[in-house]
Amino acid sequence: MTDTLREAYRVMRTIRAFEERVHEEFATGEIPGFVHLYAGEEASATGVCLHLDDRDAIASTHRGHGHCIAKGVDVHAMMAEIYGRKTGACRGKGGSMHIADLAKGMLGANGIVGGGPPLICGTALAAKQQNTGGVGVAFFGDGASNQGTTLEALNLASVWNLPAIFVAENNGYAEATSSAWSVASDNIADRAAGFGMPGVIVDGFDFFAVHEAAGEAVERAREGGGPTLIEVKFTRYFGHFEGDQQTYRAGEVAHARATLDCLKRFRDRVTDSGELDGPLLDDIDAEVAKLIEDAVSAAKAAPKPTKEDLETDVYVSY
Amino acid sequence: MARTISYREAINEALAQEMARDESVIVMGEDNAGGAGSPGEDDAWGGVLGVTKGLFHKFPGRVLDTPISESAFVGAAIGAATRGQRPVAELMFIDFMGVCFDQIFNQAVKFRYMFGGNARTPVVIRTMYGAGLRAAAQHSQCLYPIFTHIPGLKVVVPSNPYEAKGLLIQSIRDDDPVIFCEHKALYDTSGEVPEDSYTIPFGEANVVRDGDDVTIVAIGRMVAMAEGAANDLAASGIEAEVIDPRTTSPLDTETILESVEKTGRLVVVDEASPRCNLATDISALVAKEAFGSLRAPIEMVTPPHTPVPFSDALEDLYIPDAQKVLNAAKAVVEYRR
Repeated sequence: MTDTLREAYRVMRTIRAFEERVHEEFATGEIPGFVHLYAGEEASATGVCLHLDDRDAIASTHRGHGHCIAKGVDVHAMMAEIYGRKTGACRGKGGSMHIADLAKGMLGANGIVGGGPPLICGTALAAKQQNTGGVGVAFFGDGASNQGTTLEALNLASVWNLPAIFVAENNGYAEATSSAWSVASDNIADRAAGFGMPGVIVDGFDFFAVHEAAGEAVERAREGGGPTLIEVKFTRYFGHFEGDQQTYRAGEVAHARATLDCLKRFRDRVTDSGELDGPLLDDIDAEVAKLIEDAVSAAKAAPKPTKEDLETDVYVSY
Repeated sequence: MARTISYREAINEALAQEMARDESVIVMGEDNAGGAGSPGEDDAWGGVLGVTKGLFHKFPGRVLDTPISESAFVGAAIGAATRGQRPVAELMFIDFMGVCFDQIFNQAVKFRYMFGGNARTPVVIRTMYGAGLRAAAQHSQCLYPIFTHIPGLKVVVPSNPYEAKGLLIQSIRDDDPVIFCEHKALYDTSGEVPEDSYTIPFGEANVVRDGDDVTIVAIGRMVAMAEGAANDLAASGIEAEVIDPRTTSPLDTETILESVEKTGRLVVVDEASPRCNLATDISALVAKEAFGSLRAPIEMVTPPHTPVPFSDALEDLYIPDAQKVLNAAKAVVEYRR
């Protein structure tokens, strides 16, 4: 268990440090395009993905950096991609919103709200037909919970009894629209009953709660017990996109950071229980800080794609 | 050995042979079983027009019935393709693509490029298009130009049973997303088809008929009609070269341009509605690349720019026919002899 805890902390700290650094760098104007940060939500990606390996696939959202890191995508390649460099995970053709690594089972951050759940039905189907024991996990937001694709995928997963897990990351806002207003039920997880699958609500600031709920869902899926819908509730620390003035909300971020933060809670719990000690966690913090520093330096120094890259990778040659 | 079978049978045979050859090939769609979960399953429909009939029982567990839920199952086919399967999904009528278009044009087609070449998405979406069955405006469209417009998607429009079998096998073996457009009015037409498996490469047009006087490029169901018109033209001393592009993306521009450079005249026959269709695309290509060879303005034979009408009287007027092709060919020949 100690190894798992150490890994959980390392992953959550990496996501946090990655996002806070991207937040700073974006403000300098060097990073092109849109960036949507995951900070505050680390316990979700980490708590779920610690149960997964390369047999398993995940689909992500446009807020995808955390899912990428938790699924093992190379941090240097991610940072280079965000900077639009040739050395990026997608050779500079995807950017922040589309970082993917299919070899790792990371099907891509997705610019389309509700794009991922149908794809995950397919990866779960493939795992079932190939008998790998793999599962598919669709991360999606509260906004996507209202998309037809998501509801169709929940139904299909149940009808086909797929090893699929649907993780609704409810951070309270679809862009600037509150889920309190836009989701026509008290909880997204309540919708599971309508598709004949278990629906679970967890505190998204609590790594242990997410990890436990995801563990049960993954185990059930691997054993042929079918899909689960997990709703993870938390607050995102940054705006919908970088540069968002966040006029739609006030106060909850400061409150969450001060009293609910998943990293602080994790640290307090494991040091209080004596499972991990503070200096070891400090060492992880230092390693992560160096990794992020190196990744940013390497990304800034890396070449951009050239004219020769513009038309490659559209068609396989035949 | 070749024998005469229908376009429907040719497609079914291609699916069966590929499923037997490669167990990663799976089929999914509405009413593949037909009556899934009920007694009707024993006599599975094989899809609404029976194209996959027989496969459900022949390949247990690999022909998946789906709810009427195109976004979910077309998306599932795409997702499965990213994980080592070779799914063939039936999007019943091409008219229904609106409800699942995101999964096709934002997901499937972009993975390879957007992920920097690190993705394969070997999915085939079979779909039924075209007018002629009195099926009215929501079940009769020719929307392959919309798919052709999307980079990253290969678009196949087979014109007869031989083409259908070879092109479908090629589609299943292709590592990119392919839209395979089957004309509903061709399903019961017959032709010689080899029993053995064979492939027809993409991006290589078929010169259906040689001729020196006028080039007729025709697509899908229009190919046989154009060939008929060409035979009639021969009786009046005009030799038309008929070209079937087979795939609208990639498009064999070379064969088309070479032919126009030889004949100096072009007629394009396209059943799709006339704004931004294959006729306008091919006309623009020829106007740009072979302008100096042209001896007459290009003619386009298409339906009017309207939804497909229901009444047989109107639908017959709507669809391009051999007489219109013949008139267009004569007009370009007579423009400047």
